[in-house]
Amino acid sequence: MTMSNTPNPAGQGFQMSQLLYDTRYRSMTIQIVALILILLAFGWLINNTVVNLANLGKEIQFKFLGEPAGYDINQRLLDYNSQDSHLRAGFIGLLNTLLLAFLGCVTATILGVFIGVMRLSKNWLVARVMTAYIEIFRNVPVLLWIIVIFSIMIEVMSPPSAFRKGDASMLFNESVAITNRGVYIPEPLFHNTLGNIPLFGESSLRFDVSLDLIAFLVVLFAGIYAAMRVKRRADKIQSETGERPTTWWQRLALIFVPAAILLTVLGFHLGYPELKGFNFKGGTYMRNSLIALWLALSLYTAAFIAENVRAGIQAVSKGQSEAAFALGISPGRTMNLVILPQALRIIIPPLISQYLNLTKNTSLAIAVGYMDMTGTLMGITLNQTGREMETLLMGMAVYLAISLIISGVMNWYNNSVKLVER
Amino acid sequence: MKKSAFLGTLTAATISAGFAAAGTLDDVKAAGELKCGVSTGLVGFAAADANGVWNGFDVAVCRAVAAAVLGDGSKVKFVPTTGKTRFTALASGEVDVLARNTTWTFSRDVDLKFEFVGVNYYDGQGFMVPNALGVSSAKELDGATVCIQTGTTTELNLADFFRANNISYEPVPIETNAEAQAQYLSGACDVYTTDASGLAATRATFENPADHSVLPEIVSKEPLGPLVRHGDNQWGDIVRWTLNALITAEELGVTSANVAKSSMEAGGNPEVNRLLGTEGDLGAMLGLDKDWASRAIAVSGNYGEIFEKNIGEKTAIGIARGLNAAWTDGGLIYSPPFR
Repeated sequence: MTMSNTPNPAGQGFQMSQLLYDTRYRSMTIQIVALILILLAFGWLINNTVVNLANLGKEIQFKFLGEPAGYDINQRLLDYNSQDSHLRAGFIGLLNTLLLAFLGCVTATILGVFIGVMRLSKNWLVARVMTAYIEIFRNVPVLLWIIVIFSIMIEVMSPPSAFRKGDASMLFNESVAITNRGVYIPEPLFHNTLGNIPLFGESSLRFDVSLDLIAFLVVLFAGIYAAMRVKRRADKIQSETGERPTTWWQRLALIFVPAAILLTVLGFHLGYPELKGFNFKGGTYMRNSLIALWLALSLYTAAFIAENVRAGIQAVSKGQSEAAFALGISPGRTMNLVILPQALRIIIPPLISQYLNLTKNTSLAIAVGYMDMTGTLMGITLNQTGREMETLLMGMAVYLAISLIISGVMNWYNNSVKLVER
Repeated sequence: MKKSAFLGTLTAATISAGFAAAGTLDDVKAAGELKCGVSTGLVGFAAADANGVWNGFDVAVCRAVAAAVLGDGSKVKFVPTTGKTRFTALASGEVDVLARNTTWTFSRDVDLKFEFVGVNYYDGQGFMVPNALGVSSAKELDGATVCIQTGTTTELNLADFFRANNISYEPVPIETNAEAQAQYLSGACDVYTTDASGLAATRATFENPADHSVLPEIVSKEPLGPLVRHGDNQWGDIVRWTLNALITAEELGVTSANVAKSSMEAGGNPEVNRLLGTEGDLGAMLGLDKDWASRAIAVSGNYGEIFEKNIGEKTAIGIARGLNAAWTDGGLIYSPPFR
């Protein structure tokens, strides 16, 4: 035998000392020891917290969630009153958080893509205006933007009493009222409503699903799907014959006509806001806190997204667009067909973190009194019950879950658009 | 070497943490200053003036305790707390005593493990509206937008009041009094609700206080008083009896003007003598010296003087004594005897 470094020669079994002296096992040993130490350290920290809280008379327990909350929440997407449980109040807050995050992400994406593309415009003025926008919004903390927009709304707009005196008037044929408490817009109503399906009975997570909305969404998506089929057929004809049939009116009709028919059948009409007593009644009421947060978070995050978009576009080699121009493809179609598909795979990963940032930034809502989850569960509930540890742990778990879901969905989308390499 | 230094620090930290839980009095003496939690700024109750000196009705309690314990009413570190942060600040030891118009309730006393040492102001929740609104009763507020400070008993009382009267409202939760004032004055809320004393204090800072009125309904009982952590009874006793000393001083006619003279030698009234330490030794029972009460009274006077100077009818805030008159004058302010 010439292999001098054979550590386990025949006839000799595995020895414990090998765990330390054998290079094949040593790294494993060290890692396992380190893992045990880390787990012990965490265990000690958690145990320490629990024991100390118990000594203070505040054992960790979640019974308070079932007790009546006792406070009111102004913006409720589901029914809620002060006799509902703390859990229900937290749930209402969670929905407000999600609403804000959803509105913010959509608006920020649209604005961001638009601004990012415009920043690369050949038009000097447009490009400079967009640069100024990005630099201004990106370099001021978002909390200040929220407060500035909120203060402007409160100080500049008229209070509802001014509408009664005639100092201010409603816009768009008496249908929209902009006040310093928020904006009232017409709400969709149905004469022949299909009703709601209540889910989860009487529990804290009860949820009414509007059948009208479901029906409308089903018809709308079916229309969009049919329109896509028409487009695919047009693509096929084009690739076979070189002639593209005109289909835009068919596609529009497929999307809008069935939806319009459904709305007519359901007796769709608008409910207009009306000044009654101290406030406007009827219509959809978008509170100034919601609008301020929505605008501030969208404008702020859009500046970052715009930079991601610009980086993505500039990363596509110049040869690609030159080749497209050489083939006689128009600049608009070059952007849509050649550059953006390649830029997307660079844009999406940083876009995910912008969505996560925006979602987490919604927790600044308390600054303007928007009752998101930080305001209800980790705000008033915490205060009334004195359960800091429990409410904060729950809040952290929920934010973690939301963020993981967003990043999971976006990663899935990223995988579907990324360049398939062979 | 490094490791042992680290372990040494850990041990030291553990030991000092153990001591911190033991005696607040020793901690305060060792630090040489009293850490007192106050509001973020409510004129008359606790507000810093242009020179950064805190003044007010609640501040006077802090100063009296500091004078009793440390011998100097200026050795106070004022920690501004919001409605939300105050209990955490007290529970964590960031402040030694919380004097921040805090309502004494069952759950705060029992569940949150605090000790309310007494009541220094009997209050109730009220509503303030602009006169232009033409409202004369809180029951006419159906559909109104109401500004409330979040993290207080106020939002629970408000929900109960509107539910009991079966009228609707739109709550606007706000973090601090200053923000609430801005929203109320710009008309973003129709009504501002908080303790009636807070409303009076806020109104006093308006440009035209006469344009606003406080509605007659008082919808809750709000006994406000200083509080300390549960479990340190000696410290609780010191703060409780300092407050009682201020109250008793008013009853017995001991004022900031005559306290120095009365403390020199025993007078004709045995209770005054016991209070001021010229007879018996009540101070030693508290772990303090004989003159603790006379120092506490000397800082800003007795309860009545403190009231008149900070929030009384001659000030801009202009609150009448009402329930807060001494029991001998038909009010509720009453101290157990010093004996």
